[in-house]
Amino acid sequence: MKHDIFSKDPRYKIARKEVWIGIGLVIFNFIWWYGFAYGLGSVPANQYSYIFGFPAWFFYSCILGLIVMSLLVFTVVKFFFKEVPFDEDEIDGEGRGVK
Amino acid sequence: MNWEVIIPLIIFLLITFSVGVWANKYVSKTNSFLQEYFLGSRELGGFILAMTMMATYGSASSFIGGPGVAYTTGLGWVLLSMAQLPAGYFVLMILGKKFAIAARKYQAITLIDFLKSRYESKWVVLLSALSIIIFLFSAMAAQWVGGARLIESLTGLSYTTALFIFAVSVLVYVIIGGFRAVAMTDAIQGTVMFIGTFILLIATIVAGGGVSNIISELATENPNLITPFGAEGELTPLYVSSFWILVGVGVVGLPQITVRAMSYKNAKAMHRAIIISTVFVGFIMLAMHLIGVFARVIIPGVEIGDKVMPLLTLHVLPAWLAGIILTAPLAAIMSTVDSLLILVSSSIVKDVYLNYIKPEATEKQIKTASFGVTTIIGILVFLMALSPPDLLIWLNLFSFGGLEAAFIWPVILGLYWKKGNKYGAIASMIVGVGSYIVIHTYFGNLFGLHTVVVPVLLSCIVYVLTSLITNKTMGMKVDYGLSHQTKEV
Repeated sequence: MKHDIFSKDPRYKIARKEVWIGIGLVIFNFIWWYGFAYGLGSVPANQYSYIFGFPAWFFYSCILGLIVMSLLVFTVVKFFFKEVPFDEDEIDGEGRGVK
Repeated sequence: MNWEVIIPLIIFLLITFSVGVWANKYVSKTNSFLQEYFLGSRELGGFILAMTMMATYGSASSFIGGPGVAYTTGLGWVLLSMAQLPAGYFVLMILGKKFAIAARKYQAITLIDFLKSRYESKWVVLLSALSIIIFLFSAMAAQWVGGARLIESLTGLSYTTALFIFAVSVLVYVIIGGFRAVAMTDAIQGTVMFIGTFILLIATIVAGGGVSNIISELATENPNLITPFGAEGELTPLYVSSFWILVGVGVVGLPQITVRAMSYKNAKAMHRAIIISTVFVGFIMLAMHLIGVFARVIIPGVEIGDKVMPLLTLHVLPAWLAGIILTAPLAAIMSTVDSLLILVSSSIVKDVYLNYIKPEATEKQIKTASFGVTTIIGILVFLMALSPPDLLIWLNLFSFGGLEAAFIWPVILGLYWKKGNKYGAIASMIVGVGSYIVIHTYFGNLFGLHTVVVPVLLSCIVYVLTSLITNKTMGMKVDYGLSHQTKEV
């Protein structure tokens, strides 16, 4: 292999950490979505409570879920994701459009 | 003909043309044609990246098919559609920086380039190219049919004429502009989609007399419509949850999406794209499907699901505004088709032609081949879409799940698991696609899960086991990677 992508590069450590954050987010997202939808939505429809006109399960699971996930993604990216250069130590002859 | 609806469409098409012409300047100026034509020279910023990912992902089904199903199924389908929310952040986080760095190290222009350098195997390349060409070709043709039907229903032109208009519009800007034109038009189309969705949602709620009113009318008609279980109680929690694999996390395996994860400029662009695309994907999916459900109260009794959206738009908005809004689904279709077209073309030119047919091709020959291949594919798809053969419709059913089952593990494990090798990748691709087709044909929703789940699990197991076993029997191979690493340290 010409270029090893498993070498000890500190950037890979950062990348790996961010993968775990992504997995964590998706698990949280799923639990939130599933928990509210089926937790509140499994009773007969005539016993539903309503928020802004929407059935509560739908409001929490889908609408609030979207808002919470957006805020969470924003926070995580702003505070936990690190900016790393992508090609500083690489030499390649072909112009790849770096300005 | 309804000119108030048609004029915005024409303006929209003219704008996309001019983007193609603009991007062509870069194509003719560049000193690395392949990088520019198939990857836009890795210069995408955050906003464009987010929009092109979202627009490529959101296709005819998000704007036409999906709301149509929501119309008959109720809020349960909106819940299901929210399984797509992770697609907004998960892909870029999982492939993330490692993929961006690896793609640059390997000088990869296509997903297959990456696989080729990672596995150093001709069979991995050929299998991947084959799956991309077959699956995406049929997916593309199906989208063209959708695009033509939409133009047909909006303008009253015949299907053939509509298809011709659609084909010419897409082909012109893709052929002359390449990836940069695709990404830029995606950004415009994505913006149109977002704003269009927003306006339509408001107009629909107003027309229905407010959310409470709409919901109570739905509940009176059939209480199941406002439960998570679907109009007939057909949506089980397990089945709905399995869509998280198909349309949420599994999207990591779609080549048209992964190629975008190697096209951005820097980490900042990636960070911004993650935030923007989460909000955009989430909002559009939520709103469009919700609109579909609400439409049931406003225009009851629509028999054909695909007609719900166009009819609703014309019903709740003045004609000129409807014309503008209805460019959104057309934009969604075009932005998906253009990406697939450039991807299939890159698979043929870069992955097959340059690798195995004519490695010593000159810059000029590559250029001719790229323009030529893109044109020929376009014409072929056009002919196919004129009267779609059954095989194509059949293949299209597999395209999404089939590609995911083929690529997800060779990409992810290839990126993060040192011991993964070419035997694992080949076995996983064959088992993934094979089991997908078998399960789909003979078992349907096995164990009450969507068809895609079992093949994705199987291909993972096969990848890991095959890699471990072949590493053991061919001990040299593992050591190679390790010793190489120690040498470097």
